[in-house]
Amino acid sequence: MTMTDQPTGILGQRLLRREDPALLTGEARFTADLVVPGALHLAVLRSPYARARIRSVDTSAAAAAPGVTAVFSGADLADTWGAPMPCAWPVTADMKNPAHFPLAIGQANYVGDGVACVLATSAEAARDAIELIDVDYEPLEAVIDLEDALSDRVVIHDEIGTNRSYTWDLKIEESEGAVDAAFAAARYTVKDRYIQQRLIPAAMEPRAVLAVPQPFGGDMTLYSATQVPHILKVMTALTLGIPEHQMRVIAPAVGGGFGSKLNVYAEELLCVALAKRMNVPVRWTETRSEGCQATIHGRGQIQDIELAADENGRLTAVRVRIIGDMGAYLQLVTPGVPLLGAFLYAGVYELPKAYDFSCTSVFTNMTPTDAYRGAGRPEATYAIERAMDSLAAEIGIDPLELRRRNFIPTASYPYEAFTGLVYDSGDHDRAATLAAEMIGYDEIRERQRTQNVPGAAKRLGIGVSTYFEMCGLAPSRVLASLNYGAGGWEAATVRVLPTNKIQVVTGTAPHGQGHETAWSMIVAEKLGVSPDDVDVLHSDTAIAPLGLDTYGSRSLSVGGVAIAMACDKVIDKARQIAAHQLEANPDDLEFAGGQFQVAGSPDRVMPLAAIAFEAFTAHNLPDGLEPNLEAHTTYDPPNFSWPFGTHMCVVEVDTETGQVEVVKYVAVDDCGNQVNPLIVDGQVHGGVVQGLAQALYEEAVYDSDGNLRTSSLAEYLVPAASDVPPITTGHTVTPSPTNQLGVKGVGEAGTIASTPAVINAVVDALSGLGVRDVPMPASPNTVWSVINAAQGGSK
Amino acid sequence: MEITVTVNGTAHTAEVEPRTLLVQFIRETVGLTGTNIGCDTSSCGACSIHLDGEAVKSCTLLAVQADGSSVTTIEGMASPDGTLHPMQQAFMENHGLQCGYCTPGMVMAATSLLKENPNPTEEDVRIGLEGNLCRCTGYHNIVQAVLAAAQS
Repeated sequence: MTMTDQPTGILGQRLLRREDPALLTGEARFTADLVVPGALHLAVLRSPYARARIRSVDTSAAAAAPGVTAVFSGADLADTWGAPMPCAWPVTADMKNPAHFPLAIGQANYVGDGVACVLATSAEAARDAIELIDVDYEPLEAVIDLEDALSDRVVIHDEIGTNRSYTWDLKIEESEGAVDAAFAAARYTVKDRYIQQRLIPAAMEPRAVLAVPQPFGGDMTLYSATQVPHILKVMTALTLGIPEHQMRVIAPAVGGGFGSKLNVYAEELLCVALAKRMNVPVRWTETRSEGCQATIHGRGQIQDIELAADENGRLTAVRVRIIGDMGAYLQLVTPGVPLLGAFLYAGVYELPKAYDFSCTSVFTNMTPTDAYRGAGRPEATYAIERAMDSLAAEIGIDPLELRRRNFIPTASYPYEAFTGLVYDSGDHDRAATLAAEMIGYDEIRERQRTQNVPGAAKRLGIGVSTYFEMCGLAPSRVLASLNYGAGGWEAATVRVLPTNKIQVVTGTAPHGQGHETAWSMIVAEKLGVSPDDVDVLHSDTAIAPLGLDTYGSRSLSVGGVAIAMACDKVIDKARQIAAHQLEANPDDLEFAGGQFQVAGSPDRVMPLAAIAFEAFTAHNLPDGLEPNLEAHTTYDPPNFSWPFGTHMCVVEVDTETGQVEVVKYVAVDDCGNQVNPLIVDGQVHGGVVQGLAQALYEEAVYDSDGNLRTSSLAEYLVPAASDVPPITTGHTVTPSPTNQLGVKGVGEAGTIASTPAVINAVVDALSGLGVRDVPMPASPNTVWSVINAAQGGSK
Repeated sequence: MEITVTVNGTAHTAEVEPRTLLVQFIRETVGLTGTNIGCDTSSCGACSIHLDGEAVKSCTLLAVQADGSSVTTIEGMASPDGTLHPMQQAFMENHGLQCGYCTPGMVMAATSLLKENPNPTEEDVRIGLEGNLCRCTGYHNIVQAVLAAAQS
């Protein structure tokens, strides 16, 4: 690993994770591991049709089956729901949002849509019994193709009369007319269409739910494999009419999410509703095949992008048209995903106010889409980074050189972009230079000249991508301007116990990110204690009642900063106690190394441990000061944070088989100051491979009738260790000026940067054969077909 | 059907259905939930255990097929005094896990790999672990962990 400019201290050390021993020994408890006596098992009967009227549901045989307690159709439960399943992001005032219930009522709209359910004394009995439910379906024509959906040839949801959910434009004042003028005056233009295939998130832990009622006490506890226990609590209360103060949500150990567990799912609502109705615990654990069909998918866009550039290759205008695939219904933030990318279609480049973005999103008879690692930003970055390579080819200059000419200059930070957003800090040329050095950019270009000769069996390619991650979701007022249904703050409590052990309560909800380790390091740095003396409490709404959870690489730059601010409040209070005890002016006290010292008097000191005990006994506190040493903060960030970087990828493409081999991958990421570089690198590794998987392997494939052909891990190609390369990481450090830790976030950087880097490399390798684009995933068959077509279809 | 399986050194005798999978027996009958289930097609390897010393995916066997056998699960890897198995220690030191869901299976597969090939190359490790999927780490640090364990 290469690293420049990281400050020293506890922050920045590669501390091993405290989470690991429990996970490594099997001691950690995931939701499906929890044992609750008397729980009934839920199984869901799912529609085998992509679109079908439900004429009738006969549950009698299932109800009579061994071990079955109850069977319900969608119609049976229609009165249970206080509201349809929630969509928290009505992006426009006229957005169409067809009513969506945990079990379909009247019509099923995708393969996997729940139609009926069984409660039984064992999971096996429940699954056996759903086979006995007799549903009389009237199959209807399904809509799978996005442009077909747009045509309204077949309207999926009769009640809304169209397949269009919304059209959302990014309106930029001064931009009107400027775009057309820029294109008219441009020396170079390119126009490309890119397809963001559907992806299945495939977190390794399937979803699991356990609802435990207290019929006499009135409370309901929901255990769920979720990224968003706090949001889930609010939404469950709203949807089911359970008083929010009686709803408790716990996310035990959670085995990955990548956005797929950032939702409110039918099975969560079913378990809670049925537990309440039957007065017994109800549980459900997803099978992987169910997960492929009934957990949200990611991506799913058609992107048309046009660039205009002047004689030097400097961008003068960008025009983008998106068709977004919502799937059959809107889930929690489905419609907002394309909007998160809307600000990033000019990448890390200077662009005048000449930008035209419009997204129209449509319903299809496929699994609902929603946020998947990066959510809108990988799509946007892919389009601009592929289009920059197109532009470089059009101009006839090196793609890296074209990027350098367009980088936002370091000196212009903080930089107000064409959208009005202010980018906090950046140094793009430095990151690109480091990446080029690490991968040996010039040597690769040299080798290409000798290797990529006519008739070469294996052609060498190098791909570049640069990016902004846009993290720190989000300033609440910005979210308001996007019509998002909640804020973007994060809460933290720091509590110094009488014995100087510290509890941190965070509203973030880690599921692999190592927050317990990282947050303990922040507290250790701030309070001068050992991280081993800090416990981090999270993911239980009774213990951590306030929070907005973990997604969008927000946890550190919002939640971590909130913890640092709460530490400051603790220090302020401790200072008053110390001043009182030391008979000094609070302003004369210096706090360092976990103790206060009267300035210039090394013998007049009071350690935090002593202050904590004084705060607890409250025997001798300043007048009016409350006992105990604890502080709470809710932090609403003033801006997004803007991590950035450059990734480079070298591939060899076998022109005879179409096989792509990634020979070398270099990731240079600048996420500001790093709390724990070990964790940062881990996030980059995983993100890079997930993005590389989109480029080369993964696609949720539907047939024309709407059957999901990739409905298990045997068909959906999550890469294995042997399918991916080692990742070489490097970092530059450009602290964010908008928060006291100087941090930015890193959770999605790899996924955002790697997909275009890989495809750019593949296209680069084949450019000498007349290839200008390769669709994703660039499987051997696809690559071979593209080569063959470019060669005039001779093979 | 009544079967007896020795799990982490303790014999467990129980009635199981003919269709009960070994992984269900381990999780539900024996009560050891460290062995995770990640798929239903024997693709992911999260449920890998050692059966008579060999790594197997415990969803590929019926419990009755393990009658009379000896099983080691992730719970049987660390010493009773809390000392981690060298492979577990290597995963920790090399940040070879994030969410930890694939980890038990990955550790079981990796220890079996080193038993067969004590000095693997990086490529040997990547190919040896191709039956175990991880969605968090990109495998980079898992491979580093296994190579480090081979050295120790």
